[in-house]
Amino acid sequence: MDFVLHPLNLVTFFPLVGVLALFFIDKENKEAIRWTALVTSLITFVISLWVLFGSGYDPANPDLQLVIRKSWIQVANWDITYALGVDGLSILLLLLTTFLTPIAILSTWTAIEDRVKDFMLFFLLLEVGMIGVFLAQDLFLFYIFWEFTLVPMYFLVGIWGGPNRIYAAIKFFLYTMAGSILMLLAILWLGIHQGTFYVPQLIEMGGIPLSVQKWLFLAFALAFAIKVPMWPLHSWLPDAHVQAPTAGSVILAGVLLKMGTYGFLRFNLPLFPQAAVKYAPTMALLAVIGILYGAAVSYAQQDAKKLVAYSSVSHLGFVMLGIFALNSQGVQGAILQMINHGLSTGALFLLVGMVYEQTHTRDLNVYGGLWKVMPVYGTLMLIVTLSSMGLPGLNGFVGEFTILLGAFGSQAIGSPWYAGLAAAGVILAAVYMLYMYQKMFLGPQGSIVEEVKKHGHALRDLNAREIITLVPLLVFIFWIGLYPKPFFALMAPSVDKLINIVQTAAMAMH
Amino acid sequence: MLLSEATHSAGFFFLAPWLVFVPLIGLLINLIFGRRFSEKTIGTIASLAAGTDFVIAVLLAWSLAAAGGHEAQVTLAEWIHIGNLQLDWTFRVDTLSVMMMLVVSGVGTLIHIYAIGYMHEDVRYKNDPGRYRRFFIYLNLFIAMMMILVSGDSYLMLFVGWEGVGLCSFLLIGFWYDMDTLGRPSWANSNAAKKAFIANRVGDFGFLLAAFTMFWYFGTLQFDGVFAAAPQASEGVILAVTLFLLIGVTGKSAQIPLYIWLPDAMAGPTPVSALIHAATMVTAGVYLVARSAPLYSLSHQAQYIVAMVGGVTALFAATIAVGQYDIKKVLAYSTISQLGFMVAAVGMGAYVAGLFHLVTHAFFKALLFLSAGSVILGMERGHHHLAHHGHGDAHHEEEVFDPGDMRNMGNLRKRMPVTFTVYLIGALALGGIFPFAGFWSKDEILAEAFKEFKTVYWLLAIAAFFTAFYMGRQIWMVFFGNERTEVAAHAEESPRVITVPLMILAALSTLGGALNLPGLHTLETWVEHTFEAVGVHLNVGEFNLTVALSSTGLALLAIFLSWLLYGRKPLQAGDADPLKKMLGPIFTGMENKWWVDEGYQALVIDRYNDLARFLAQTLDWDFWHDWFHEKVIAGAYHGLVAFLSDPIDRGLIDAAANGLARLTKNSAASLRRLQNGFVRSYALSVLLGVVLIMGYLLIK
Repeated sequence: MDFVLHPLNLVTFFPLVGVLALFFIDKENKEAIRWTALVTSLITFVISLWVLFGSGYDPANPDLQLVIRKSWIQVANWDITYALGVDGLSILLLLLTTFLTPIAILSTWTAIEDRVKDFMLFFLLLEVGMIGVFLAQDLFLFYIFWEFTLVPMYFLVGIWGGPNRIYAAIKFFLYTMAGSILMLLAILWLGIHQGTFYVPQLIEMGGIPLSVQKWLFLAFALAFAIKVPMWPLHSWLPDAHVQAPTAGSVILAGVLLKMGTYGFLRFNLPLFPQAAVKYAPTMALLAVIGILYGAAVSYAQQDAKKLVAYSSVSHLGFVMLGIFALNSQGVQGAILQMINHGLSTGALFLLVGMVYEQTHTRDLNVYGGLWKVMPVYGTLMLIVTLSSMGLPGLNGFVGEFTILLGAFGSQAIGSPWYAGLAAAGVILAAVYMLYMYQKMFLGPQGSIVEEVKKHGHALRDLNAREIITLVPLLVFIFWIGLYPKPFFALMAPSVDKLINIVQTAAMAMH
Repeated sequence: MLLSEATHSAGFFFLAPWLVFVPLIGLLINLIFGRRFSEKTIGTIASLAAGTDFVIAVLLAWSLAAAGGHEAQVTLAEWIHIGNLQLDWTFRVDTLSVMMMLVVSGVGTLIHIYAIGYMHEDVRYKNDPGRYRRFFIYLNLFIAMMMILVSGDSYLMLFVGWEGVGLCSFLLIGFWYDMDTLGRPSWANSNAAKKAFIANRVGDFGFLLAAFTMFWYFGTLQFDGVFAAAPQASEGVILAVTLFLLIGVTGKSAQIPLYIWLPDAMAGPTPVSALIHAATMVTAGVYLVARSAPLYSLSHQAQYIVAMVGGVTALFAATIAVGQYDIKKVLAYSTISQLGFMVAAVGMGAYVAGLFHLVTHAFFKALLFLSAGSVILGMERGHHHLAHHGHGDAHHEEEVFDPGDMRNMGNLRKRMPVTFTVYLIGALALGGIFPFAGFWSKDEILAEAFKEFKTVYWLLAIAAFFTAFYMGRQIWMVFFGNERTEVAAHAEESPRVITVPLMILAALSTLGGALNLPGLHTLETWVEHTFEAVGVHLNVGEFNLTVALSSTGLALLAIFLSWLLYGRKPLQAGDADPLKKMLGPIFTGMENKWWVDEGYQALVIDRYNDLARFLAQTLDWDFWHDWFHEKVIAGAYHGLVAFLSDPIDRGLIDAAANGLARLTKNSAASLRRLQNGFVRSYALSVLLGVVLIMGYLLIK
């Protein structure tokens, strides 16, 4: 019983309770289905808060905590364990996941009318997978959760997506799957060669020669880089985002992409620290290209969702740059920026989805002057737009600034040029975000306003449910921007420990 | 608890954060409850908030005087603490920041009051009274952000205000976001707003680079820490930091090469042009250089570059102002030019002269803009009057009429005597005529330049000549001669709520020179505390009679010339500008702003658009997405599939799937297709994986 009720087991698998409950609800009873899913995800969120505040988790402790470790698969000399644990690298991502899931579910209230039960089923299963990814401490278990998330997402895109959903779903699945194969091999090599799949043990053992580290690093990096996605492996992202239903995009951008950046932090850095130092300039270069390239490509889009999708390439470039700065400012900024991106881009997808529900188009050219017609919508969009382009006082700035500051003086990257170029991304971010904002909300009234009227009802401003969906995100947008201390406090000890591991290894190299 | 940790327990220093909170509270009241308020209530709440800030600023000044000028820091909360990066929300009250607070809240309050009257009419001429509330919300937000800018104790907190005021500028330039300046549906105003934000972002990019450099070489971004560490740094570092900061200055304070946003910013309502784009926000760059005096003092090279940027901008913008017809555009280029004077001054190390001019300019340029607003409203009233009582020919009056075009005006001193008087005072102050405020401050700058920076002196002296000339031209064109349109003949004077703030500003523009009279040096003694505390020694500005006389002579000559051209023989309706005949292509250049905007369009904006389109369509989509992924990868994969698994695929999997499908005919088509593809792909992926593992093991 202790095992079942262990906080981490509970938070990971509680959504399954909802899944179970859904089986007993008639598929026509959509309201009940929605409420069941929402309440389940809310309880999961409460459990995650309990993990943080009530389970004895100590934020000042840099080590893994609340560790569960049970023997699981013992074949030949393989020692695969069922191991979960949480520390400063993952606690915020756990909270982000449980926080965004109910918000995403709430956003489907009127948007998803078709096969609601299946939708919610997949959604809750997806939550299990995502939480599992962030908590798993055994490489094999991690891999299972990692691959598992593909399945529900695949169906969410493929069934409830846009016109080209099948293509997008398959591409998403294959692309990420293919990327993971080498990681699987690397995991097997590690497990067999080192005799354990348990991550803290592997880190402690170390001792992998640099020549091998390089290969392992690259095998893991490929899987994670596709997920992030790092330039130039981003080709699946616009398809998946454009075709996915709103809630799918929110989770995809908000959480799934972070699995990639998290993977770098959790595995690539501590397991292969010397390779990480060695490759830092290369990774930083790719990150900087991603920042600038994503920003420029975003700017040329006519489809609002595609614009936001490409902006993720740019934003996640910042995260990668921060990670490979390999100093505390860079890495802490990167973790914070993962949260920030989840909040801002999640909110952007929600907002775009809300107007899409009324207009059934995302073509920026038919919009214009919406601020006058939908003042609340225009105002909330403005705040999120500013957050996304890093206005000081809002969350995005704190993340971007600390990342760039860290990268600027990073010994691992070795030159301030990377950060200098990346900082130019701040200009380009203003260019594409303001372009979108102007096209939708400013200027003369767009043709869509009349178009919608022709179908019987005028465009309406946001309703109470939609505002409730957005307000929690806005609260954090301001909170993190003005007073990020509690968030940094949660990650600082574990990040320092991680940096220490990497630096010690780097010293040994010289 | 909230307001603890003042370094001096005595005095009112604890009030410093309220400089930000009070306007925010005003904003929130209007935002949340404003829908039910009358216009008067909304305007009063906003003005009270600004006025309270002025009172706080006075109390802070008093406390500072009582403390002998020693600065105080008030820490509100921690902000970003990572490793040795330690940033707090700390307010700095010293003589320099208090000076800025007084200007911002003082001029700000007057403009708030003025706007109560101005916006009442403006929203009606633009047919959208609902936007009245929004205006005052933005205005209060601006005051709050400006206070953060001037009272931050670190470069990064300054930057919060710095970008915050940029946001307000964006919102207010784009206040009439769905039209152009003449009220027609258009993208023009929102383009102007966007342009301002992006040009400022380019500057902010420089600011950020400066911040990074400071952090890694000085270990902190807090002012005192930076200034203490700077003297040990190498010359290259100092030069890098100061020039990066200069990029920020050219953005915010509209200097070459980033000044291009400011003239377009006149799309905002006139009180905004006065408050943000003349008196306060645009002087932030001057404040930044003055604040960073210990850094600039370390590099003569940096000082020289800053001074040259200011000097060249001052002259360049002044030439453009000569060729403008829009009453506000003239003032806009004039502002750029005057900011050039200030930047040149602080660049030369004449910090007091620069700050002195900042203050007097805030008075007389706010006065000029607000008076110009009064003129425009007067024209609008005339226009309105004609449309309703005039010829009854509604269609005729629907024609677009530009109330800001000076060619449509003439002889307005008869119809708007109060506005005329205050405008004249503003123009004389700006022209640098004794004894108005601008004379003293401009002269101090010229005297300083004369001592050491001769090139800059000549640039500024010629700019001053142009200044007097274009102001003379404007006065003659607007207030003298004949009415060139029916509308001008029916223009009406503005009400008290508008004229009273104008009179106060006119008084300040007349007497403002008293702030730092030669021999008394009140302002110098005041700000000296701040500069001395960080080791910057100020030279007492000496009055140079030669300089004063020659610049006055030049100004009078310019006014005389403007009279010759525009006063003696007034412009008639439809006439070309007399300068056009005399100067030919040179005037065409001035008229067309030397085609700088066109240059940017062709060299930067179009190029970036092309690049973005190329990257998005050709490289990312056609090549990378469609060709490489679809044709090369997927194509090769399909080929491999066909080769390896054709029998299995067709025989087993398809059969199974089809059989399954026949059994469950009622299942949704999409799902079936999906599972079909899914199974197939999955099987092949696994196959590929096995092949790879085998391959690996074999090689090993």
